[in-house]
Amino acid sequence: MSSSIESTPPKAIHDLTLFRQMLLIRRFEEKCAEQYTVGKIQGFLHLYIGEEAIAVGAMQALTQEDNIVATYREHGHALVRGMSPGVAMAEMYGKANGCSRGRGGSMHLFDAKLRFFGGYAIVGGNLPLAVGLALADQLQKRSAITACFFGDGAVAEGEFHESLNLAALWKLPVLFLCENNLYAMGTHIARHQAQIDIAHKADAYGLPGEAVDGMDVRAVESAVRRATESVRAGAGPRLLELRTYRFRAHSMYDAELYRSKDEVEKWKERDPITSFAAKLQSEGLLTEADRSSLEQEIAAEIAAAVAFAEAGAWEPVDDLLKDVHTPSVIR
Amino acid sequence: MKMTYREAVRAALRESLANDSRVFLMGEDVGRYGGAYACSRGLLEEFGPERVRDTPLSESTFVGAGIGAALGGMRPIVEVMTVNFSLLALDQIVNNAALLRHMSGGQFSVPLVVRMATGAGRRVAAQHSHSLEGWYAHIPGITVLVPATVHDARYMLGCALREPDPVFIFEHFMLYTGEGEVNENLGSIDIRKAVIRREGKDVTLISSGGSLGKTVHAAEVLELEGIDTEVIDLRVLRPLDTPTILASVAKTHRAVIVDEAWYTGSFAAEVSARIMEGAFYELDAPVMRVCSAEVPIPYAMHLEDAALPQTDTIVNAVKKLIGVSL
Repeated sequence: MSSSIESTPPKAIHDLTLFRQMLLIRRFEEKCAEQYTVGKIQGFLHLYIGEEAIAVGAMQALTQEDNIVATYREHGHALVRGMSPGVAMAEMYGKANGCSRGRGGSMHLFDAKLRFFGGYAIVGGNLPLAVGLALADQLQKRSAITACFFGDGAVAEGEFHESLNLAALWKLPVLFLCENNLYAMGTHIARHQAQIDIAHKADAYGLPGEAVDGMDVRAVESAVRRATESVRAGAGPRLLELRTYRFRAHSMYDAELYRSKDEVEKWKERDPITSFAAKLQSEGLLTEADRSSLEQEIAAEIAAAVAFAEAGAWEPVDDLLKDVHTPSVIR
Repeated sequence: MKMTYREAVRAALRESLANDSRVFLMGEDVGRYGGAYACSRGLLEEFGPERVRDTPLSESTFVGAGIGAALGGMRPIVEVMTVNFSLLALDQIVNNAALLRHMSGGQFSVPLVVRMATGAGRRVAAQHSHSLEGWYAHIPGITVLVPATVHDARYMLGCALREPDPVFIFEHFMLYTGEGEVNENLGSIDIRKAVIRREGKDVTLISSGGSLGKTVHAAEVLELEGIDTEVIDLRVLRPLDTPTILASVAKTHRAVIVDEAWYTGSFAAEVSARIMEGAFYELDAPVMRVCSAEVPIPYAMHLEDAALPQTDTIVNAVKKLIGVSL
């Protein structure tokens, strides 16, 4: 790959970046699942496999000044934002060299330098924070916007409705990104929403809503670019509903009794990675050899991430109470 | 200088807004209405709608937005109209404000101040008469203040805004109209410390917030009967100033805790447990509690009065205790 890059046009380089980032998330999470089964990763582990096009597409339109607020299914978002796979893996191991020093785990990845304001495990509870971050930017006359990811399950929470209303009322620079994978844990959207058209719900709060194919990374990127331009220009918040599907179980405990194998297989035909690879190949941007060297590169990166996590120290138990409050020296 | 508790809160808000451009006030009816308890009257006109913000009735979201704004570099003061409505914001308070610093491995602090009215005594019935500050004191990661005097109402807010982590201030709504002395020279308050409001040698009465006045009154009644009481105003429920409590009990050997919350699981139970752990061998009598009756606070005056701690119930508890131990 690297040898051919100099002669590759920028658009093609960009496409290959999208592909690489999706593949990195996929392989990283496959490794996470493996590490979970051998007990290296514990607790809850929610995989993003199948939904990678959303984090990758959306993140292209966001600048380093922008704020990211995510959910408990946020490994992909953290990686695309720039968190090193080793630091993310170490956090899942519960090690002190993890991003949250082993205090958060898989569901609570944070990185202040990346303005990655975290993974939140209470469904809907992250939306008000995004509204507040946007309010802070508006009051401080910063040009940043806040991107808030959440799932279709959050749409049933009062905080979704309150947050859309408040953001629209105050014209706050928030981009609400609903990753609609059709299931709130195991409950299909048609079994928890009277109105299953999520984008349409924006109408009630006077902000634009749009549904996008969340399995198509280019479609996601272009929709998010349009939306961020409008939000950044001060036109108020927007809602994008990104239609996608989770290929794996909700968490590692889920026996998937609520959906058929056929349904999952049918969605896998639209796998965002294989379908984009096919596109790139048909456009002459990706050869089999490119793909195989990319796989090797990523495998090495993930092996290094695992090694970093393995080598990490455990936070001393003496530090158990550390960071409940800000140390008084900072006061 | 004399002023009402309400005027003291307003003066504190005005000073905070004037001194720090990062400070803003938001909540239900804090602006045009002037605050449900008139604490912010005039501030919208003085500071404008950007800094004195009326919110929709969306407690969870405007408290959460306060957390987000604090993360984003502001110093928000969020007014929740009453503790009763704060239950709608518990998710944000417990799951986000209190946990964020630790959960992020120390990367994010939440310098947020939340004020709310609390307590019973105005015939507003069960859904407007909760005393739940003890619940909030259960949660690591936040500071819980209960200003019982006009001076504390005037100066605790400024101290709270200097904290890098979330601070919750509970203002008992029966206090707003009360007048008291504000001493500018004693401005800053140590919000890690309880304060002894009255010194005595026979028994320690431990109280806070809206119960302090009744407790001090009970001490005056007891004095006429020859019982010399010490009164502690806890001032801060978390972190609890245990040493001040234990030192007083070591002196008086008896303790009665007055708490407007319900008896079972009350903050008074926590104080009692600290005394058992730290001063058991100093005690000449069992620790006693004067709490609210285990009933939703009723509307009718005589029933409400009977449900809450009152001067005479405190006096009787102390007499019983002294009778038992002498």
